[in-house]
Amino acid sequence: MEKHVVVIYPHPDDESFGASGTITKFRQEGVPVTYLCGTLGEMGRNMGNPTFANRETLPEFRKNELIDACNVLDVELQMLGYRDKTLEFESKNEVAEHLLGILDELKPSLVITHYPEHAVHPDHNALGAAAIEAVGRIDENSRPTVWAQAITRTHQVDLGKPDVEIDIAPYFKKKMEAILAHQSQAQGVLGSMSDTSDDMEEIAKERLGNEFFYTWKY
Amino acid sequence: MNVMEDIQIDQAQLQLDRFVSKEVYVHLETTNGAYASHFDDKAYNVGAFIRNAKVSYTHAKIVGSGNAYRVGLKLDIGWIYAEGLSQYELNEEGQLLMAGHDREGRLMVALQISETPFKY
Repeated sequence: MEKHVVVIYPHPDDESFGASGTITKFRQEGVPVTYLCGTLGEMGRNMGNPTFANRETLPEFRKNELIDACNVLDVELQMLGYRDKTLEFESKNEVAEHLLGILDELKPSLVITHYPEHAVHPDHNALGAAAIEAVGRIDENSRPTVWAQAITRTHQVDLGKPDVEIDIAPYFKKKMEAILAHQSQAQGVLGSMSDTSDDMEEIAKERLGNEFFYTWKY
Repeated sequence: MNVMEDIQIDQAQLQLDRFVSKEVYVHLETTNGAYASHFDDKAYNVGAFIRNAKVSYTHAKIVGSGNAYRVGLKLDIGWIYAEGLSQYELNEEGQLLMAGHDREGRLMVALQISETPFKY
């Protein structure tokens, strides 16, 4: 059994869309989970539908949505304070050292993050790379396992089949609840995943029914 | 809760004029999102962003009709402009927020002017 799982993603809602089934599985097993959320998604384009946020109020809305989602998932939350869309311009070394300081305290047995260069959004790629770098600086004997999530269209061709597949059917209800906690984002993000359906639950089941990860090889 | 409203051109012009010759902070961005070419492989990801650029403009003008406007700010040695603005709001801090959204309500362009730096 895992001792402590740390999830490292850059945006409020990455945890819900990407790994909330897996997170729920761990929580039901009694494993503590901490989410290190890189930014407040300040640059999100979705402002709610109908629109209720603007560029200046969006960070506050998203911060509250993040807190709500973490309550739904029953996970500890730490906000890292970076700015949306700028993570790739930060010093990778500094971000890695920042993460390492937190990991040294939490001593996780498993870290979940994005697979660098296979995670579409520049923030995903950059924070994933910094997280993998940080874990790599931990002594081999106490180094946690890393599960890296790839979301590019071609990741299976490029990387082969992911070795970790979590069937989230038993946890789907919780996943949907966590996604919907992100009120300003849920409809816009799910809507962009389908041209044919506007049933959010149906889209989520079809597009987000399983969660896949690659175990990182150091 | 404040909600952005459709731009009324005369009102917007008055608001723009309010900042003339003052030292102001400008936020300007345009984007089609980081996922544009992920969801459509024929699309390009483009965007530009500047936050809290400290400038002073000598003259401002809003042009357009119906549901899309252009706003230009004339500087001593340059220009700032944005195209595709359709909604605006004067928030509690006296900041003028202007934006254009697509039909799903996603922000495509924003031009914002403030006498104090924007937060975050």
